[in-house]
Amino acid sequence: MALLTRLAEGDRPALDFTLDGKPAIGLLGDTLLTAVLTCSEHLRGSDFSAEPRAGFCLMGACQDCWVRLGDGRRVRACSTLLEAGQQVIREPGRQL
Amino acid sequence: MKPVAIIGAGPAGIRAAQTLVAHGVYPILLDEAARGGGQIYRQQPANFKRSPAKLYGFEAHKASALHQTFDALREQLDYRPDTLVWNAEAGLLDTLHEGRVARVEYASVIVATGATDRILPAPGWTLPGVYSLGAAQIALKFQGCAIGERVVFAGSGPLLYLVAYQYARAGAKVLAVLDSSPLSAQARALPGLLAQPATLAKGLYYRAWLTSHGIAVHQGASLSRIDGERRVQSLKWRNAKGEQALDCDAVAFAHGLRSETQLADLLGCEFSWSHLNRAWLPQRDPAGRSSVPGVYLAGDGAGIMGADAAEIAGERAALALLEDLGYLVDPQRCAQLEQSLERIGRFRQGLERAFVLPTDWAAHAADDLMICRCEEVSAGEIRQVVGEGHWEINRVKAHCRVGMGRCQGRMCGAAAAEIIASESGRPVGEIGRMRAQAPVKPLPFGLEIEP
Amino acid sequence: MIEVDVVIIGGGIVGASAALFLSKAGRRVALLERDFCGSHSSGVNYGGVRRQGRPLSQLPLSQRAHEIWSQLPQLIGIDGEYQRSGHLKLARSPDDLRALHDYAANSQGFGLDLQLLDRDQLRARFPWVGAVAVGASLCPDDGHANPRLVSPAFAQAARRHGAQVFEQCAVSHVEHDGQRFGVRTETGLVLQAPWLLNCAGAWASHFAGQFGEAVPMHAGHPAMLVTEPLPLVMDASTGVEGGGIYARQVARGNCVLGGGQGFALDDARARPGQNAVIDILRQAVELYPFLEGAQAIRTWSGTEGYLPDRQPVIGHSSTQPGLLHAFGFAGAGFQIGPAVGQALTEIICCGASKTSLDAFSITRFHSISVA
Repeated sequence: MALLTRLAEGDRPALDFTLDGKPAIGLLGDTLLTAVLTCSEHLRGSDFSAEPRAGFCLMGACQDCWVRLGDGRRVRACSTLLEAGQQVIREPGRQL
Repeated sequence: MKPVAIIGAGPAGIRAAQTLVAHGVYPILLDEAARGGGQIYRQQPANFKRSPAKLYGFEAHKASALHQTFDALREQLDYRPDTLVWNAEAGLLDTLHEGRVARVEYASVIVATGATDRILPAPGWTLPGVYSLGAAQIALKFQGCAIGERVVFAGSGPLLYLVAYQYARAGAKVLAVLDSSPLSAQARALPGLLAQPATLAKGLYYRAWLTSHGIAVHQGASLSRIDGERRVQSLKWRNAKGEQALDCDAVAFAHGLRSETQLADLLGCEFSWSHLNRAWLPQRDPAGRSSVPGVYLAGDGAGIMGADAAEIAGERAALALLEDLGYLVDPQRCAQLEQSLERIGRFRQGLERAFVLPTDWAAHAADDLMICRCEEVSAGEIRQVVGEGHWEINRVKAHCRVGMGRCQGRMCGAAAAEIIASESGRPVGEIGRMRAQAPVKPLPFGLEIEP
Repeated sequence: MIEVDVVIIGGGIVGASAALFLSKAGRRVALLERDFCGSHSSGVNYGGVRRQGRPLSQLPLSQRAHEIWSQLPQLIGIDGEYQRSGHLKLARSPDDLRALHDYAANSQGFGLDLQLLDRDQLRARFPWVGAVAVGASLCPDDGHANPRLVSPAFAQAARRHGAQVFEQCAVSHVEHDGQRFGVRTETGLVLQAPWLLNCAGAWASHFAGQFGEAVPMHAGHPAMLVTEPLPLVMDASTGVEGGGIYARQVARGNCVLGGGQGFALDDARARPGQNAVIDILRQAVELYPFLEGAQAIRTWSGTEGYLPDRQPVIGHSSTQPGLLHAFGFAGAGFQIGPAVGQALTEIICCGASKTSLDAFSITRFHSISVA
């Protein structure tokens, strides 16, 4: 299930990526947040209760959309554009 | 000679850059975003095709004008997109760009850091599907997406009706608009709002459009809670008639905007309490001079006045900077700009009256309401620390971690202040100001240094 | 007019623990803090609760503090996130490892129970330590705590035992009329007491100077930073022989790191400075490779007093009977602070500290001229 709904700009080239190791498809010009949340429902687990989080401010302020990439980098999903072949890994968080 | 730097490429930063360039200065323009425009006139990715009219509505001509101005300036300034200013000290800015840190020395700096939503949380606000009003707008404007299929908009402020309208126009299903301001407040505010009749008219237009398209608009309505299993499934809201439930899969809410003041703080600017903004703001004179020589403030980052005012303030601050460096500037233009700012300021007072912050919010916040989403600190935990005798916000932060997480209090700071004030029986302006700490946003280990 | 037995200047961990122990001993105490108790060095330090690596002259007092820390909840009402994780001092060269061996030999008999680890033992026991470390010395019962919570809690506990604690109450005037001290504050308080404790941290030499025994103290500003919450990896607090980065991980997952010096913004406030922060971010990944990709979310510094020999001044004034000093802890006062408070209490209540304070006498600076 998706969280976000595409309303416009659907006519863009598709980009393959993987989400937690499984194949997924986004569009050229998607942020990681858009790509992940148009095919699933969360971005990370919270640090102290492992509850699902899906970002909040979309402008780089709330810091609640960090994801890990295959190369080990960690990036803010709302302000990072999707690239073909990217491996996006969602961190499960932790229950304190 | 050290360069002039501008932080932020929104309406204020771009107009400041334009003014400096027009006087023969070659400024450095540092911006966190990939493309200029700020949040309000944020540009969609280059391969998107929607027209400015689709993206910015009534403001399309302003947005296009700003973008065109910026495009024309590109060769005449040192523009550094995707660049975070993570720290500032006298004469020096620290930047982060693609994992590399660098230092920018400056002779003068214009701080135009903009604003984010002001959040007064409701239970369930961390569920996937709950976003700030600004976020809902960015999802649509920047990505062509809605935050869900059945969306409720809540809170107060001019953005509330605007974003609901934009969503409905774009084909999203808007279930309801829950405006926490009572109608009476908006009637009382009319005299102030009439200072900007065009803006007032737009606000009324959005609301009228929504109701005429069958979208429920409730005034004096507040969000009681958002419920769902791993994502939003329903919410409860209440007004004078009682509590009601609504099934939905997304909620956007905020209560106006709050200024991004961290860099002004790190630069050593004096702050004072603003009753109008209900926030601590860096002091500035009508021209935009801060208390620190060589540091100028423009736009929403120094107090919420909106995009039009930001453009004017950006130009005015640049003129002040030029004047202070010994350039000849047109005094008439300066006076004109300051008059315009004053006029918008009066309107702004009206807006604040129309969209009052629900000051009883803190009293109604349940103990288990999560205030700080980074550190997961509840209202009850904050109250407990206040109960132990602490009332100064930095001391409360030290004791219960509210505002101590990744976002540095951006999301919870306003709400935490309300809780502390309410619980300690002090006015919210007298519990101190949460101090900024570098890095203003997270900074990675193992970074490289620009040679 | 407030008449008490003891006026204490400075609500850091030293002054506040003195206030607590004196109150428990039935003395009337007024604790004066110009800001908030535990909001400066005592509250913003690294949080190391460490005996290992201290000069031998400090170990008796430090060992006493070790006993006090074991009773922390009974004493101050909270656990302060104190954990005896062990303190691991890393060596990056054979010379450094030799220095650790020497320290272990010299500190025999003080109860530290140091364990020396060669490269293989270090890898086996602490696999998260980077390859730059060639060995280490482990003090198993050292550890760390949350200074933000612990230091203010000493003042709160003192208050519960009857001490009068005045915050945001800077001292404006101190005098001695031949019988007792008169202390005035900027808030208008007037206090009298036969005993005065100078526990004013980095600002203590000002009061010492008023009694004709200024010391050559300078202010230092250790740079500190904290990461976002990370998976639990570090099961010991660490330092490096010869100085450098020190790091610990708290139960919530954040790693606290310190290293290098910041700078003063003014008399009371300090910042870590860009250079120190960047140095930590770059060098820490060599010592702690698991930090690669992690983010620092906050930095800070404080203002701490350093004397030329990096040893504190603790004990009697040599010029003014009734005046006791305790300051200049050179960034290492957090662990030892409660024992210092106890020793000062013994001087007042029993005539002398049970632990010798000779090494910390202010008279060692009397031949040094102070500018």
